[in-house]
Parts: sequence; C-alpha cells; structure tokens
Amino acid sequence: MGADLAVPVFEPWTDPQAKPLIQFQNVTKRFGDFTAIDDLTIDIFECEFFALLGPSGCGKTTMMRMLAGFEAPTEGKIFLAGQDIAPVPPNQRAVNMMFQSYALFPHLSIWENIAFGLKREGMPRAEIAARVEEMLRLTRLEKFARRKPHQISGGQRQRVALARSLAKAPKLLLLDEPLGALDRKLREETQFELMDIQEKTGTTFVIVTHDQEEAMTVASRVAVMDNGKVIQVATPADIYEAPNSSYVADFIGDVNLIQGQATATGEDTYALHWREGAAPLTIKSPNAISDGQTAHLAIRPEKVTISADKPEGADNVVQGKVLDIAYLGNLSTYHVELPTGDVIKAQTANTRRISRRAYTWEDTVWLSWTATGGVLLAD
Amino acid sequence: MRRFVLIAVPYVWLLALFLVPFVIVLKISLSDAAIARPPYVPQFDWVEGIWAFLSQLDFENFTWLIEDDLYWKAYLSSLQIALTSTLLTLIVGYPIAYGMARAPQEWRPTLMMLVILPFWTSFLIRVYAWKGILSNEGFLNQFLMWTGLVSEPLQILNTTTAVYIGIVYTYLPFMILPIYAALERMDDSLIEAAEDLGCSRMSAFWLVTIPLSKGGIIAGCFLVFIPAMGEFVIPSLLGGSDTLMIGKVLWEEFFSNRDWPVASAVAVILLLILVVPIVLFQRNQQKEQEGDA
Repeated sequence: MGADLAVPVFEPWTDPQAKPLIQFQNVTKRFGDFTAIDDLTIDIFECEFFALLGPSGCGKTTMMRMLAGFEAPTEGKIFLAGQDIAPVPPNQRAVNMMFQSYALFPHLSIWENIAFGLKREGMPRAEIAARVEEMLRLTRLEKFARRKPHQISGGQRQRVALARSLAKAPKLLLLDEPLGALDRKLREETQFELMDIQEKTGTTFVIVTHDQEEAMTVASRVAVMDNGKVIQVATPADIYEAPNSSYVADFIGDVNLIQGQATATGEDTYALHWREGAAPLTIKSPNAISDGQTAHLAIRPEKVTISADKPEGADNVVQGKVLDIAYLGNLSTYHVELPTGDVIKAQTANTRRISRRAYTWEDTVWLSWTATGGVLLAD
Repeated sequence: MRRFVLIAVPYVWLLALFLVPFVIVLKISLSDAAIARPPYVPQFDWVEGIWAFLSQLDFENFTWLIEDDLYWKAYLSSLQIALTSTLLTLIVGYPIAYGMARAPQEWRPTLMMLVILPFWTSFLIRVYAWKGILSNEGFLNQFLMWTGLVSEPLQILNTTTAVYIGIVYTYLPFMILPIYAALERMDDSLIEAAEDLGCSRMSAFWLVTIPLSKGGIIAGCFLVFIPAMGEFVIPSLLGGSDTLMIGKVLWEEFFSNRDWPVASAVAVILLLILVVPIVLFQRNQQKEQEGDA
C-alpha cells in the first residue's frame, strides 16, 4: 500500500516553483488620511480557495474591490497571471465578483441575470442558452429560470448571484461575505456547496468574511487581517494550532492567554513564570524566545483537561474553582477561577447526560495540560 | 362600523368635490346658452318636474365642437404641445434627478429643498417673471446682446417657444421628484455588478439605471403631461396669438363669449381625453408598488 496511492496534497504555496495567480506587491491604499491597506504583500495561487478574514474595517473588502477594479492602489502593484492590472477597467478583467447584497438586477429574470455577462461578451445566442442552462444545473435553479429575483428565497438568490458570477468562467471569483444574509443552517449547507462548485469549476476563489468558522470550513488558506495588515497567512489548521501572534490566537476560536516571563530550559522547551509563587508552566513550542522575554502562552480550552482529582504526571497542573459553565449542548466550557484571580477556560465533550455532570458551580477542580498543548507567543 | 366610517370619509370627499362638480358641468354642457343669469337654460323647476327638465337637455354643443374645426385643432395642438414639453421636461429633469441621487448624502435634503422652493411663491408671479426675462428688452436678450451672440433681440416672448420654456420650468419638479425617488432607492452595487459583468459606464446606464428608473420616468411624464394638456395661464401669458391651446379656448368660451354650455362641453371632452393617461398612470403606480413588495 502506500506512497503511490496517496492523493497529492494541494499546497502550491510550499512549492517555490509555483507561479502565483495573484500577487500583491507592497500595496497601500489610502482614503484621505485613512490607510485601509498598509504595505501588503501576498500571493494567491491558482485553484486556491483563499479567505480574507478579519473584523469589519480591517481592509479586507478594500482588497477585494482592488482586485475587482473598483479601487486602484495608492502605492504598489497587483498582478493577475503576471500582468499588472492597475490600468485594466473592471469590465475588462477576467475577474468576477459576487456581491454581498447579491446585486441581482431586479428587472430581469433569473435566466437573464445569469445571461447578462455573456450577452455583453457578444457570445452567440445558442452558446449563451447552453451556458446559462449549465449554470442553472450547477446551482440547482432550473425550476426558477423564469422568475424575478424578488420571487425567490434568500438562499436561491445567493445561488443566482453565484451562477451569474461564474457564468463568464472567470480566472478569479471574488466573494464578498457571500453567506452573510443566510441563516445558520442554510449557511453551513451552502459552504459545502461552494467548496463543491469551486472544485468542479477549478476557479480560484477569494472570499471575504468576518465569520471565522466559515473561513476555516471553506478555505485552503486563510489570511487574518487587522488594520490593513495581514497578520498571518496559513492553512486553517496552522492558523488554529500554530497562530503566530496573540491577535490571531484570540481572533480565531476561543483561547486562554497566560502572560509571563519565559526562560529556556532545553531545546524548544520553556518555563513560563506567570505568577509570583506559582509553579512555572512547562511549554514545548517551536517559536524562539529569548530568556526573560515577556510572552503569552496560548492554549485552546479543549486542550485543557478538567478533573476532580489531581492528575498524575501531567506537565502543567493548576487548581481552581468552577466560576461559570457555558453549556453548548455537545460541549461544555468551564470557566475556572484560580486562587490568583486568573480565569482559565476548559472545554469537554458532554459524553454524559447533563443530570450526571461531574462538576458544578463552586466545585474545586484540577486543570491540566501537556507541554505541547499550547504555543508560546512573544509579545 | 369603524371601518365603514374610515372608508366613507374619502369617498364622501371625492363624491362632493369631484363627482358632484363634474355632474354639474356635464349638465351645463347639455344645456343651451341664454342671455340670463346664470347664462344657460333649462333651469331645474320643482313645478314642472324632473322629466320636463331632462327632456330639454341635448348634445347640440358636442355636435358643435365637431363641426367647428377650431376645437379639434386646439385639442390636437394642446396634445402636441403637452407631449413635446413632457419630453423636454424629461430631458432636462432626468440629469438633475440623477445628479441629486448621486450627490453626497448630506447634500440631498438641500438639493431637494431647492427643487421644491419655487412652489413657495405664487405660480402666477413666477410666470410673470418669465415675461420679464424673455421679452425683447428682457434679461435674456440683454445678455445675448452683451455677449455679442445676437445683434437683434430674439423674439421669444409670445411664441410657442416661450410656452415650452414656461411649461418645462413650471412642471420640472413634478418630473424630478419621482425620478429622484426611483434613482435614490437603487442599490449602487447594481451598477458595479453590471460593470463587473462587462458593461461600460454607458451601457450600464442604459441596461440597468434606465430600466430601474422606468417607474419614476413614467410617473413624472404623466404628472407633467396631464396638467400641461389643460394648461391655460402659461399659453395666455407667454404664448402668442398663434399658440392654440384648449385651456385658452375654454377660458375664452367661459369669460369672453359667456357661452357656458359650449365651454362645459370643451371641458367634458378634455376630461375624457385625459382619463386615458390618468388610468395608465394609476396602473403604473400600482405596478410599482407591487414590484416593491
């Protein structure tokens, strides 16, 4: 068995030979005094599903609008397939955008909406009809072709918007908060549909979202942005497991951040002195940190074990009192207050019925985690 | 009961202020002119009874309107002037409405105010003001002579051109406001989407902006066309003797000839002509509202 059967892993960003489809080179965008994008350099590869993630106002939408051609960079260059796209107007770019509001033409039927871009290309009628039918099939909208946008549901509208932007077979599809208007259940379904369509068409997708779960689900790589800067670009797993800063750690998912002074105690092993009188925490982390530097231990709640008795042989053990319990159905998050006043969150799967829960408010519990459970981040 | 009262109020209002006067006018149009006070017969008389009264009514005046070519010429000429000035108002009004809808949010109330502001002064005074502007010694001619564009003053006042200017000026807000309302509602991202899909600025305007403001254009056109058709003040103050409009004819029949029955017949026919565009206008408004829902 083995090597020859393995599916090649899609990660062109690790291949130094791969040519990126999109290159941002030191791009800065200012609106008056406000800097929306600050000296940004990023490569996006063909067939990638690339997510721009960040709080509102972090510049992710501006980046996308620069790709579509609605904004021009103040400084720096953007290349699409090796060509500088600054002088190319939006109507001549091989880039299509799916708008946050969907921007469906209300006076045209679903069919005409999808055909709109093709007609502008001057495609022959028969080919337009074939292409529109194909798009309708892809997005399962055949039955609604004759309806107007106001006669269909939000989820269907979203699919029309997707079909319309894919109809011209763009090199790059931009999706601006595409699922923001859908309810949770529909959003989850649509996320998988999007991934499916992306795979089928082989189009490069760039998605803008403020929903980290969405970014993690759909994307091959995620760029976490803040204040016009990219903080980290990595696969969803790396972003979650190996954040490069406490901002990223805190932005993605739930995290415990413990501040202290780090001292190296071995190769990649550090002791974090976090409270006067408390035993230092043992951490095995690849990030190089100099002795005595202030650093944060970032550890995810699900990697903290909660127990009634003091666990034997754990790398790090602290005792505390249950302050709060967030019951999420499948999971419970325990907020445990340590004698020092710090609160650490620990998450466990609810494998038992709630009536048989082992700990409750005010119980004294032990928290433990392994040396490799968290990462040490320099300030 | 409450519902009945609520519905009854507007119906009673319309009945008392529109239907009853119309029936009175209709009755006069079926009467004969007389040198009397009021200047027509028959008068309703309780002694003779309703049948004797009705038997004296006839369609003589309507036959007269067909026989004398002055009337149908006046109708046609009014129709032509109303249509042309509606088109001119659209051409002038659309760019203004478009500019207002594209203006920064904080400017829009001011611009709207400026459009409505002329309504605060008397319509009659504003039309008189145009006399001052358009006359041979008026501001416009003085300005043109000063710039050297013309050596002789242009004869604008007392021509049909002056009537067009007057109508376009007076009814411009009626054109601007519905178009502005339609354009302002429009989502800007639609234009971006059109450009993204391969439209130039110009084709995005024709394929998206114009169709989406269609309701406003139609509403504006009717709001200008309907009153312009029966316009009296503007042609009589700014127009010349060759400007034939049915409103003017109507006025002359009533006040110069004191032939109330013929004047009433003219009014009834005018109303019948206008019923068609009014119904179309109502239908358009209804469609717009359904489209919004």
